[in-house]
Amino acid sequence: MTAVLRASGLGKRYGRNWALSDCTISVPAGQVVGLVGPNGAGKTTLLHLAAGLLAPTSGTIEVLGGRPLDGPAQLRRVGFVAQETPVYAGLSVADHLRLGVWLNPGWDNDLAERRIEQLSLDPKQKAGKLSGGQRAQLALTLAIAKRPQLLLLDEPIASLDPLARREFLQGLMVVVAEQGVSVVLSSHLVGDLERVCDYLIVLVASRIQVAGEIDQLLASHHRLIGPRRDPGRMPANQEIIQASHTDRQSTLLVRTDEPIIDPSWAVEQVSLEDLVLAYMGRTADADRRPALSEVRS
Amino acid sequence: MIRLAWRQFRSQAALALVALAALAVVVAVTGANLAHLYDTTVAPCNAGGGDCQAVGVSLLSTDLSLQLVLSAIVLAAPALVGIFWGAPLIARELETGTFRLAWTQSITRTRWLAVKLGVVGLSGMAIVGLLSLMVTWWYGPIDRVSMNEFQPGVFDARDIVPIAYAAFAIALGITAGLVIRRTTAAMAATMVGYVGALLVVTSLAGPYLMPPAHANVPLSSASDLGFDPGPTLVAGAPDIPNAWVLSSQIVDGSDQAPSQTAMAQFIQTACPKVFGSASQVGGQLKGPADATAFHDCIVQLSSKYHEDVTYQPADRYWVFQWCESAIFLGLAVILAGVSFWWIRRRV
Repeated sequence: MTAVLRASGLGKRYGRNWALSDCTISVPAGQVVGLVGPNGAGKTTLLHLAAGLLAPTSGTIEVLGGRPLDGPAQLRRVGFVAQETPVYAGLSVADHLRLGVWLNPGWDNDLAERRIEQLSLDPKQKAGKLSGGQRAQLALTLAIAKRPQLLLLDEPIASLDPLARREFLQGLMVVVAEQGVSVVLSSHLVGDLERVCDYLIVLVASRIQVAGEIDQLLASHHRLIGPRRDPGRMPANQEIIQASHTDRQSTLLVRTDEPIIDPSWAVEQVSLEDLVLAYMGRTADADRRPALSEVRS
Repeated sequence: MIRLAWRQFRSQAALALVALAALAVVVAVTGANLAHLYDTTVAPCNAGGGDCQAVGVSLLSTDLSLQLVLSAIVLAAPALVGIFWGAPLIARELETGTFRLAWTQSITRTRWLAVKLGVVGLSGMAIVGLLSLMVTWWYGPIDRVSMNEFQPGVFDARDIVPIAYAAFAIALGITAGLVIRRTTAAMAATMVGYVGALLVVTSLAGPYLMPPAHANVPLSSASDLGFDPGPTLVAGAPDIPNAWVLSSQIVDGSDQAPSQTAMAQFIQTACPKVFGSASQVGGQLKGPADATAFHDCIVQLSSKYHEDVTYQPADRYWVFQWCESAIFLGLAVILAGVSFWWIRRRV
């Protein structure tokens, strides 16, 4: 199985702060990958490293088997839409397509023009006058029409209204279906990703907390509700992601590949959102554990 | 990439070309008039060998405000292309985030920078070059009369040096924009850096670029008698056509600068009419009698003292034009190298 993205010990430091640290991951091809985490978690840094906009401080990163900063051949294979979907305000929509022709040997102009027509964008309109949604669509069109094997999208829908979000994601799914392109899409909202992604990476506080196919993640995480007990006395194959207690009752979110045998637990399915929030909360706890454990006991 | 660079730059280039064309019309009309004036007044006078000061002054005061405007334009043009074309070129892309769009197309950022730098740099040099050509031609008759081709405001506004200034200013603007990443700050830095570099290089070029020549010039009315604190001689500016006079000082027959007391003693003995009386106040010499005494005094003093002048002679004009151009082109190349290093390592 080829990996679209493979990182080993990958880190990026700005001054004294690590924006991303010790990131080791292998993302299989042919997936729509959601990269989720709070703002400032390092999502953009990871995507910029993959797109070749940044060089790593430590570790290695491979994208489609090549190094991201390896020249034009590598750049051709990766499409990138940056956060806030920047376009040239002074250039028209048609100018942007021309830019695509000029800068990309593999440019598919039919595809680009077809998309612009479907989106009913006026080719003569200056890109600076487009709405946020239209601008995002234009940026996506540029990234798609260069015919990449991997699309990297950095929070492309964060600034869009709900309708524009849906249209953007629908357009993206059409491209995935038609072109078989792999996608890595970041967002700080799980709800956006749940509908379109097969694979999820949770990135919190510059570290990857969990990564895997969404089906497997949902199958291996459970919420256990039962009489109050000490989390330290759980079976070794059950990793506790989140625990909360009342006087009589404990609620645990555990990860395990084994079935839950203990009959005293009521086992519940976990939603993807709860799962992600649990991982986000875990790092928050790690930073403030003494104070919080007081409150909870 | 060259088509994109041109597409992004063409409206600015068009604006500059329109302004240049408008200026060319003004320059052509008034310049032809100026040349005609020279040919009909100064040239016949020079051929006749008389005193041509009056016709010269009359030519020098023709189109005086246009003279100032043209000088100002050609002096400011390199700084303007550096500030308004160079500094925003990369800084604006960094500021608005569009560099992320550009750098993730199928060309490397190095090539992106090389093409942008090439298109804007060469356009800026071409525009400033045309401007300098026009102004140099227009000023031709005036320069032949005023004979001060090395003077600041003349030397740096003629022939080829403005082109090298433009190359330097644009490279400085691009590098500042890349490093500072803010358009307005980069523009300000470009202006300060450009003016600073110009002052440093031009002030060092005169004495150090080539060893200056020396000349012995007899005392003349240009050398002033004075009373500070006692009678003394102060070297005036000698009149060597088109030369760049760096310094001049009073020396005696053995080329040594005389001490104040030695000079004062000699002046008092040589010029008893001027300096004999203690009633002189404030160094003011008045009346026709005094003027004769003054003239006699200078003649007397000339037997012992003369002026030693260090200067760059007129025939070095083109050496200096080429050398200064080479210096600024060299600086531009160094800055371009810095910007390539920076875009690969630091952004």
